[in-house]
Amino acid sequence: MTAGRCTAALLAAVLVCGLTCASTAAAEEAITEEYESISNANEHVQAQDDYARSQKRREITEHDDDQNEPPPSSSSSSSSSSSSSSSPPSKDYFKEELVIRPLSSGDIYASFQFQTRWDTDFFAPGKKVSHYRLFPKSLGQLMSKFSVREMHVSFTQGYWRTMQWGQPFLPAPPGAELWVWFQDSVADVDGAWKELTNVLSGIFCASLNFIDSTNTVEPTASFKPLGVGNVTHQRFLRYAVLPREIVCTENLTPWKKLLPCGSKAGLAVLMKSEKLFHSSFLSLAVHIRPVCQDWGCKGTAWELRQTVNVVFDLHTTGQGKREWSFFKMFSRTLTEACPLATSSKVYIDVTDNPQGELFELNPAAPSLTQAVVLGDRRTYAVYDLMASGTFGLLRSLNVLLRWKTPGSVDMLRPLLHGERYVAGYGLQTGEIHTLIYNNHPYRAFPVLLLDIVPWYLRLYIHTLTVTSKSRENKPSYIHYQPSKDRLRPHLLEMLIQLPPNSVTEVTVQFERALLKWTEYTPDPNHGFYVGSSVISALVPSVVAMDTSYTLEHPLFSTFFPCKEESSYFVRVYTEPLLVNLPTPDFSMPYNVICLTCTVVAVGYGSLYNLLTRTFQVEEPSPGVVKRLANMIRYLRGVPLL
Amino acid sequence: MGLLSDPNRRRALTNLLTRLNTPLWGMPVDWLVKAMQARGLEVFTQSFSRTLPFPDENKERYMVHGTNVYGILRAPRAPRTEALVLSAPCTPGSSNNQAVGLLLGLAQYFRGQMYWAKDIIFLVNEHDLIGMQAWLEGYHHTNTTGMSWTPLEGRGGSIQAALSLELSSDIITSLDLVLEGLNGQLPNLDLANLFYAFCQKIGVLCTIQGKLQRNDWDSAAGYSQAVQTMLLMVLKQASGRPWGDHGLFLRYHIEAASIRGINSFRQYKTDLTTVGKLLEGMFRKLNNLLERLHQSYFFYLLPSLSRFVSIGYYMPAFGLLAAILLLRALDLWVQLGSPAPGTEDGLPFGPGVLSVLTPLIISHLTGVALYTLPIMAQQTAVEHFPVSETEAVVLTAIAIYTAGLALPHNTHRVLSGEGTEEGWRVLKLIAIFYMAVLLGCTALINFSLGFILALTLVPVAAFITPHVPRVLSALVMVLLSPGSTLLFSIFVYQELQEAPITLLEGWNLFLSVISQGILDHNLYGSLVYPLISLLVYPCWLLLWNILFWK
Repeated sequence: MTAGRCTAALLAAVLVCGLTCASTAAAEEAITEEYESISNANEHVQAQDDYARSQKRREITEHDDDQNEPPPSSSSSSSSSSSSSSSPPSKDYFKEELVIRPLSSGDIYASFQFQTRWDTDFFAPGKKVSHYRLFPKSLGQLMSKFSVREMHVSFTQGYWRTMQWGQPFLPAPPGAELWVWFQDSVADVDGAWKELTNVLSGIFCASLNFIDSTNTVEPTASFKPLGVGNVTHQRFLRYAVLPREIVCTENLTPWKKLLPCGSKAGLAVLMKSEKLFHSSFLSLAVHIRPVCQDWGCKGTAWELRQTVNVVFDLHTTGQGKREWSFFKMFSRTLTEACPLATSSKVYIDVTDNPQGELFELNPAAPSLTQAVVLGDRRTYAVYDLMASGTFGLLRSLNVLLRWKTPGSVDMLRPLLHGERYVAGYGLQTGEIHTLIYNNHPYRAFPVLLLDIVPWYLRLYIHTLTVTSKSRENKPSYIHYQPSKDRLRPHLLEMLIQLPPNSVTEVTVQFERALLKWTEYTPDPNHGFYVGSSVISALVPSVVAMDTSYTLEHPLFSTFFPCKEESSYFVRVYTEPLLVNLPTPDFSMPYNVICLTCTVVAVGYGSLYNLLTRTFQVEEPSPGVVKRLANMIRYLRGVPLL
Repeated sequence: MGLLSDPNRRRALTNLLTRLNTPLWGMPVDWLVKAMQARGLEVFTQSFSRTLPFPDENKERYMVHGTNVYGILRAPRAPRTEALVLSAPCTPGSSNNQAVGLLLGLAQYFRGQMYWAKDIIFLVNEHDLIGMQAWLEGYHHTNTTGMSWTPLEGRGGSIQAALSLELSSDIITSLDLVLEGLNGQLPNLDLANLFYAFCQKIGVLCTIQGKLQRNDWDSAAGYSQAVQTMLLMVLKQASGRPWGDHGLFLRYHIEAASIRGINSFRQYKTDLTTVGKLLEGMFRKLNNLLERLHQSYFFYLLPSLSRFVSIGYYMPAFGLLAAILLLRALDLWVQLGSPAPGTEDGLPFGPGVLSVLTPLIISHLTGVALYTLPIMAQQTAVEHFPVSETEAVVLTAIAIYTAGLALPHNTHRVLSGEGTEEGWRVLKLIAIFYMAVLLGCTALINFSLGFILALTLVPVAAFITPHVPRVLSALVMVLLSPGSTLLFSIFVYQELQEAPITLLEGWNLFLSVISQGILDHNLYGSLVYPLISLLVYPCWLLLWNILFWK
């Protein structure tokens, strides 16, 4: 039995134990299915990675030929690797990749992914890791100090518009999101989490230190480990979102410093902050997880994935011309790959453009590849930066894409799509509506909905209703943790079956709490944020997956890996909410305090003065003659005058 | 201010406006959807329908079906948490045919900018206020008035501010700011200040209540002008109806105002590009807001756009009026406490409970009849009398109002025999307290309404006894009753608008104002009609009862 299968079995076992409260078997089945698929697919990742490593010195242009070769064993791959001159037990390598997808709305989606893999074990007993080569030391030390098994942090500006752009490769909620799985050896998880957030806040120059018990939850089912491991009890998981976090260059700079080449060479050269932030959507993320070292999963390796997802708005930046190039988007061109990288590629999605009738690429792509990503088979033009011919005579790569037709503005109908808003008016009560769209024409599928609501919105959980097609839709699994004032938020997790071609509406009423006067933010009239709700689902695939898949998968198609031919994993974040709470007029107490102080000082002060002072009538000073007379009388011993 | 500088945009705007100059028959929904999509907005539609309780003869509508079209310009850096609204009503005919053009022009220009931090919703609403009501109810998923609408599909988070645009010609001489909303609610004064500041900056004449501010404001003529402007505002606010499409936003705590273009006979004209620049400026200011507008006053009266009378100044005037009632009540209380000279101590209880309770109940039942019967009985009335539905409703209301004058004092004598001296004193004490509380609460919510009612009701309440000359007092009381107050207000309003009317026209206007008041209550939830019929009128009937006590 391989280690991967063993984990899957364990996962399933733990999951079944954890879900004893689930009312029907459907819940267990769906969740188990989900994680089996994920952990099974980890094997694929490993297989592909190993294979890729063995092939790295070759010019990969002919995929059909490569397919026929059997995957080499791990020993042969390690022997053939020549780049790592370091000691054999801790090998590491670095891959970089840029995917560009022209969106149907005319915008451009660019997704950078950087993978650093290190075959070492931080947690092996008696082992002290102190020699770092490609893996950033700051993160490595953090992992070992806090016994972190898995860490996912993202910083996002803007909101991913599913209706216009489809699904992203890596979804992220607006603001900052952090979720961490700790090792099962950690005794004080809350303490470690508190320290970890503070350290991360320093590393990424972000306000992650605002994460405390009032916005941290332990979801039972929505966030399961993405790497190998056998800890699945939510006791070791912490999840928090800061929807108000504003992302800017100060977060990008430390992020870039984690890369082996920094922003000096390779694809990271393109990340010029004034261009990246001049966009409709920007998401920075760092994911660390344990993965299998080799095919047999005899040891674990650490994988660090750094990603940047950015959507450029052609309408505002392009001045109406439908064409773009690297230079136009990033105001830089590519001149070289990162010298430390073993693979450095640029992919451009040309699926909608098989005969070149929609747009043309310049220079023409040297090769094409296919990948199944998000349930859809896509074709990509590949520019390999390790190949010398890619840069041409000018020694720079500036891919230019020119549309031949005017863009269409139709809305997409993504299979799964969520929306959320606050209903009602007035400052006493309100209602949170969450709409989940299943646009699949004939298949129903279950989704996990995770809702985190701060304590100052007091949910009336008895008003919770779930309706699909104007009929009640009873969730098969509900986990609700009520809030405690000033201590912890509401946590609501539900497994809902979405009927085909339907809108499911989840509503719950709430009351707005009156805060203590010190608990208001400096700008209380702006409102208070409620983080995005998270919808996780296995969505039926649009195209059946091809069984003879190409072994050379791009990185971006393998993050939420999926062996299931019929469905793929999707996580959708709804928009955060801005809710106004009853707010006192803070200028009034100020005026009152000023006035009272004045009244006290002037009125009471003078009254106190009058009451406590003793008054004496001062006698007029006697004349010189009288004083002389008194002196004489004093000497004589006679009473004075 | 880049709107004027780009000749291409200016040309596009002109083309759009010339196309829109052709008269519209119904709202071109498909064209609007295409036009907004072409400008890069996310476009959604909402259809709604509403059957009015009785036909609206002013706007000639009864069964209303319509469609709202709105496009959302997504802010690049914000996660759909906040939004601003720019709305323009789309109505057939030439009354308001330029606003949609300007709205689309602005949408195109705004789309090309990167600095938006709040989503901007461009809303074209059909059937003016009814469409707006449907859209707002759909956006906030509430249903207060029983309208049927399809749910909205796209939203932009909590709306921070809204501007409604009304333009009837492509050149204007001045812009008029309309603030009065539903139930006399007003937006934060900073919104008016923002408008005034931008008008000054761009050099557009701006007015409020259609009256231009005089430069010699400290002369006698200047004062009189300011008083007239303020009186107009008081009358409009007291009416409790929304005076523009913005009026319904205020219920949802959204600061909103209408901007109305006026084309008079002045020499100096301004083109739409300037109006566009003004709106662009206002939206950029609102876009930069970190908090909702809350720093300035919510309760104010404006004698001109640059001056205001705050609640601290006008409330004492009402307080003095209310003090009369309280002093009179105190006086009555003392009189009741000390036994009248000449009577024996043999009566332990003063008047019977029945003699006080009966008029209270009867007058309130009359009020309930006045509130419910006009709409319920319209069908019967139409069958038996040669009148239209609208006339039937209004005439029924007037008939019940008049019948109420005859009813209470007759029944009172039948039930409890001869009224005692103490009986009317207790009744008057109750009536005066009732009125003080009623007027006080009204003035807190809608100062103008409370003040106008107090002006007419307080003198009557203070001096009415069974011993005053009966015919003369009855005449004075009728003249100062709430219904007559409405009639006088109409004449004063027309006089202030510099459009005096004859008695007959005034009467017709009176009838239509009553029907509008009932409609406003049914369609948008205005509270003036139920307040008058259920509370103020019964209170006045109690006083009428005292006059005819013996």
